[in-house]
Amino acid sequence: MLQIKNLHVSIKGKEILKGVNLDINKGEVHAIMGPNGTGKSTLASVIAGKELFEVTEGSITYNGKDLLAMPIEDRAREGIFIGFQYPVEIPGVSITNFMKTALEEIRLYRGLPPLTELEFRKLMKEKAKIVELTEKLSNRSVNEGFSGGEKKRNEIFQMAMLEPSLSILDETDSGLDIDALRIVANGVNQLKSPDNATVVITHYQRLLDYIVPDFVHVLFDGKIVKSGPKELALELEHRGYDWIKEEYEQNLQ
Amino acid sequence: MTPFTQYIKDLYSNIKEQLPGSGNNAVSEIREKGLLELVERDFRTYRKENKAIFEKHIACASGMKPQLTPPPYRPVEEYFHCKVKDFDTRMCIFLNGWYVHTGNPLCVEDNGIIVGSLFEALRQYPKLVFQYLMAENSSREDSLSAINRALFNDGLFVYIPDNVIVEKPIQLISLTDSPNELLLNNRNLIIVGKNARVSFIQCDDSIQFKPSFINNVTKIYLDENADFSYYKMENKNPESLLFNEVDVEQKGHSHFYSNAMTFNTGYLRNKINVFLKEPFAATKMYGLYLVDKKQHVDNQIFIDHQVTDCESYQLYKGIVDDEAVANFLGHVVVRQDSQRTVASQTNRNITLTDNARVTSKPFLEIYADDVKCNHGTTVGQLDEEAMYYLRTRGICEVNARRLLMLAFANEIAEFIQIDSLKARYKEMIRKRLNGELTICDQCVLHCPHLGM
Repeated sequence: MLQIKNLHVSIKGKEILKGVNLDINKGEVHAIMGPNGTGKSTLASVIAGKELFEVTEGSITYNGKDLLAMPIEDRAREGIFIGFQYPVEIPGVSITNFMKTALEEIRLYRGLPPLTELEFRKLMKEKAKIVELTEKLSNRSVNEGFSGGEKKRNEIFQMAMLEPSLSILDETDSGLDIDALRIVANGVNQLKSPDNATVVITHYQRLLDYIVPDFVHVLFDGKIVKSGPKELALELEHRGYDWIKEEYEQNLQ
Repeated sequence: MTPFTQYIKDLYSNIKEQLPGSGNNAVSEIREKGLLELVERDFRTYRKENKAIFEKHIACASGMKPQLTPPPYRPVEEYFHCKVKDFDTRMCIFLNGWYVHTGNPLCVEDNGIIVGSLFEALRQYPKLVFQYLMAENSSREDSLSAINRALFNDGLFVYIPDNVIVEKPIQLISLTDSPNELLLNNRNLIIVGKNARVSFIQCDDSIQFKPSFINNVTKIYLDENADFSYYKMENKNPESLLFNEVDVEQKGHSHFYSNAMTFNTGYLRNKINVFLKEPFAATKMYGLYLVDKKQHVDNQIFIDHQVTDCESYQLYKGIVDDEAVANFLGHVVVRQDSQRTVASQTNRNITLTDNARVTSKPFLEIYADDVKCNHGTTVGQLDEEAMYYLRTRGICEVNARRLLMLAFANEIAEFIQIDSLKARYKEMIRKRLNGELTICDQCVLHCPHLGM
């Protein structure tokens, strides 16, 4: 589904990703872990299409298409969803209006007829349940005045509405209390299917108790330096990242 | 003397016998004083600060005349439909400066509410009306206020007695429909008693495309703990010149709320002066202007914190397209010893083209030390982060921009407390920003005789 090959990314001349390789297939859940400042969020932003970053080398292929050549909105229409660490507040745009516009455009792109008002409302109601959002919230402005937990639940709600094939959740667990974490994780699990894939970016193992990954990757110094099964996350939780760092430095020598 | 002042002076001597209230000495005195003041001021400040605007807009009204006799009565439905759905108001219509009625120019209700023609109120309740009509806020008056004083035709009179809560909003609709180029000066007087509450909606509409010069003054007096909401909407043709001055005097614990929306205009100046005269009075003002082509809108606000413990809040927003011009001038004065004043003033603008022009002057003048005051102004483009967020959900750049503009504008509509009006405003904002409407469709009137 997604192939990242030798990806090098710079911001203002500073190289952040230094050759990332990653393959993601349908039905898989990947966790990307690593200490702060190693490029995890940059990876998510580059996949989303944020213009700030400059790809200097390498490629990203999504379902056989060159992802890096697509405008931001086409990536979403092709089925990529990014759950943001800090979702922006957009005063005055109601969640309902936001989702209606997004769905209309995505469906148009995919050659599907627009939903009727009734179908749309039904869908909103159904998907809000997944993350236990009340209907009241959907009349409010996007993220405006939301608590940290509500913002993250709103991200998962949008994911549910847009039914992406690849979801990348960037630090979705940050700032969540245990109840909110459970709700968010439940939501993600309910949306999992053999046809879609999920990438969870986190630096704590905590979230992975709820969203169990098939693969765990450690991003360090702009590269994926170690990959393994879900047990790797537990090991990182116990041992920290120092041993990874040492291993990496030894390999360099 | 400028030719325009000379023109008004000559016009006054020619028609003074025909103006309403001409037999009444007190009225004549007001008019004479107004004329003297005009001659004295002679648009000096205007000419100094903005000569081009004076010459291009105001001076062009030379030759325009008031309509000196009331237009023959026609059922209102023939020429006006309020397009706000489920909007139940007490409608007061002025056509070419004259109060439209079917024989009763002043309505007096059992609970003491009086609504109708100012001159009729003057005839029936001279003592009450004169007391307010003679009062002056001359510190803020200018040449245009002086013209209004000299030539005022009629206007709406509203009196809400103490302790009366008026459920049905009062709607003042001023229409122009004449083969002549009109120069109109209406003077409205609104008196709200202690603990009384009322909403007031003022709509200025053109029915046709004749040039006009409309120069209205509305005086509002709020007694202790009175609560007054004022909605203002402009939808004028591009040939219109519209000047609105609103002066508000507030006593203790009274609330003044205003929301002014401009969707379409030629040249428009909205001027609001608020005088907070007793402690714990509060005033909140919102404004929105969506202007394009060669439209021009000025919002001038003056708030005078004369005593302690008052609050004032302003939020004005605008989207300025094409070659349109928007000016915001906000002036808050906190007088000496007006301690514990809270004043906030914000003006935000989005310009959509390189030729759109915005001038924003937020201005605080503070002579007391224990105050909380802030002001801020922005002129810019749309939020890039929000654009990015919307696009990551599959929304194209054009629609993302539209959503954000809509959001920017709707913030002001959100502060409307009457649901049906809020819904209508939001619909108009949406259509306007989607470019779904032509100039004429944007008008709420949908004039039957133009086949719309």
